[in-house]
Amino acid sequence: MKKAFGGPAILLDRSDINTDEIIPAKYLTEATKEALKPYCLEDLKLEGFDPQGERLKNAKVVITRENFGCGSSREHAPWVFEVNDVHTVIAESYARIFRQNMFNCGMLAIELPKADIDTLMALGKEANGAVDVKVNLPDQQVVACGNGREVSFSFDISRFDKALVEAGGWVEFADARY
Amino acid sequence: MGQTTAEKIFAAHLRDEPFPGTKVLDLDRVLCHEITTPIAIADLEWRGKDRVFDNTKIKAVIDHVTPSKDSKTALQAKTLRDWARRHDIKDFFDIGQNGVCHALFPEKGFIRPGFTAIMGDSHTCTHGAFGAFAAGVGTTDLEVGMLKGVCAFREPKTIRVNLNGSLQAGVYAKDVILFVIGQLGVNGATDRVIEFHGPVVDAMSMDARMTLCNMAIEAGGTCGICQPDMVTVDYLWPFIEGDFASKQAAQGEYRQWCADADADYDKVLDFNVTELVPHVTYGYKPDCVKPASEMAGTKIDQVYIGTCTNGRIEDLRQAAEVLKGRKISQSLRGIVSPATPKIFQEALAEGLIQIFMDAGFCVTNPTCGACLGMSNGVLADGEACASTSNRNFNGRMGKGGMVHLMSPSTAAATAITGVITDARELI
Repeated sequence: MKKAFGGPAILLDRSDINTDEIIPAKYLTEATKEALKPYCLEDLKLEGFDPQGERLKNAKVVITRENFGCGSSREHAPWVFEVNDVHTVIAESYARIFRQNMFNCGMLAIELPKADIDTLMALGKEANGAVDVKVNLPDQQVVACGNGREVSFSFDISRFDKALVEAGGWVEFADARY
Repeated sequence: MGQTTAEKIFAAHLRDEPFPGTKVLDLDRVLCHEITTPIAIADLEWRGKDRVFDNTKIKAVIDHVTPSKDSKTALQAKTLRDWARRHDIKDFFDIGQNGVCHALFPEKGFIRPGFTAIMGDSHTCTHGAFGAFAAGVGTTDLEVGMLKGVCAFREPKTIRVNLNGSLQAGVYAKDVILFVIGQLGVNGATDRVIEFHGPVVDAMSMDARMTLCNMAIEAGGTCGICQPDMVTVDYLWPFIEGDFASKQAAQGEYRQWCADADADYDKVLDFNVTELVPHVTYGYKPDCVKPASEMAGTKIDQVYIGTCTNGRIEDLRQAAEVLKGRKISQSLRGIVSPATPKIFQEALAEGLIQIFMDAGFCVTNPTCGACLGMSNGVLADGEACASTSNRNFNGRMGKGGMVHLMSPSTAAATAITGVITDARELI
């Protein structure tokens, strides 16, 4: 089933956030995705970030920098976002496996150039972190609102990635085709 | 225009190209362990598709937490075990036969030049040492691999790394790859294959080549690839001798997977490593590397020798060479985990286990163990570990713990002195 995208964002202004920070290995023994829910970004090293804070609790979008999700192949990283209703990540770039895992789960890993992320981070500062994101997948547009201001960007997405999102994930796509 | 090794393997395994640039490959191997596979199994059951595409191409092992440490890990092991039995997975390695996946599967001869392999483990790139395309994937890719025997990739471009010169005594593949990652950066090979060439690689054993390829992912690489040659054939010979009239014939056959001289590379990097010295990491990213001598004196609380990077027999020999006749510092503890039962037995037969134990090391069963802080050897807050593993992320081996990556030789020297030490000062 196709997921819903967009909503309140949390801004993580750092590059190379790795999967150990997103979900530490000690939780990989959980038997269900739902059990991961309380541990989202538990080990993230970032000034001012509180893994137990309201901002993360309400977020449906993550906005961040380069090489997001580097390290382990654990799909627990996209899952911990999924079970917290975070279905959209917007970053300058991703580690390959994390990015593929996002689309394989029918979620969106949107890539924007550094200048656009700079604009989003600046908007976040201006709005005290209260940024709301709308995603228009057919037109490949992201609109971010904060402090009464609106900025919009277009993004590229491959036909395959779009098909995965439309299908609800790779299992659905592959099962219908192979 | 010629082709890279990855391009040749992609062309030979192409099942489908659903959209331009998306290549769905047939898989020769789908490798499974107990951490990332159980949720794929549960999902297949939930979908009413509890089947496998080919029980001879799927290999499975319990390696991350073994023997199980608690009810949750026991359930993960049981889920994999029950599934392997249910589907008659012949090559399933349970307690007694199990070891670190990226050491065990090559040792069993499961990986051959020209193969495609996936596993729900980022260090699957290790198997590229055999001239294969092997990629770490998430659980969903693994699940589709188990069910359908396919996996989708954007065809990766290749970075060619030429390793020229020759390594000095006391400098190893681990030092080379740490240095290369330092040059590339943690993002430098994202969506790329790293092809290793040159006299330094030619002179390396398969153990050393696996160390090299194991850390390709730490530069973001999809796979590290070495060119199959007589070293590869010699390693695989017990498994392939029935298939070829001679080793030369095998080498001739495997040569088809070597990159063409006129292959097109994304980038070509030349490194002369003759002057290279032992390297270690500082900080929380694997591209934070320095000569060991520049980190000399850094206090260490635990030394860990083992893992899919450096838990093979040569690694244990290199560490034992430094440790022989010496005791480790009373200010730290030493742990060594031979990566597989075969390696453990070889180490016993060669007297290496005796050397480790005489020096004061704790010898564990083959397991991923302390590397990812989810079973034994977890660090306390504020402690530092000198480790032969591949990741130094913040909290990797325990919350608040620091990890310094290094070769087995440097780790052994560090164990003796209690502080980071260039082993060449002790040999």
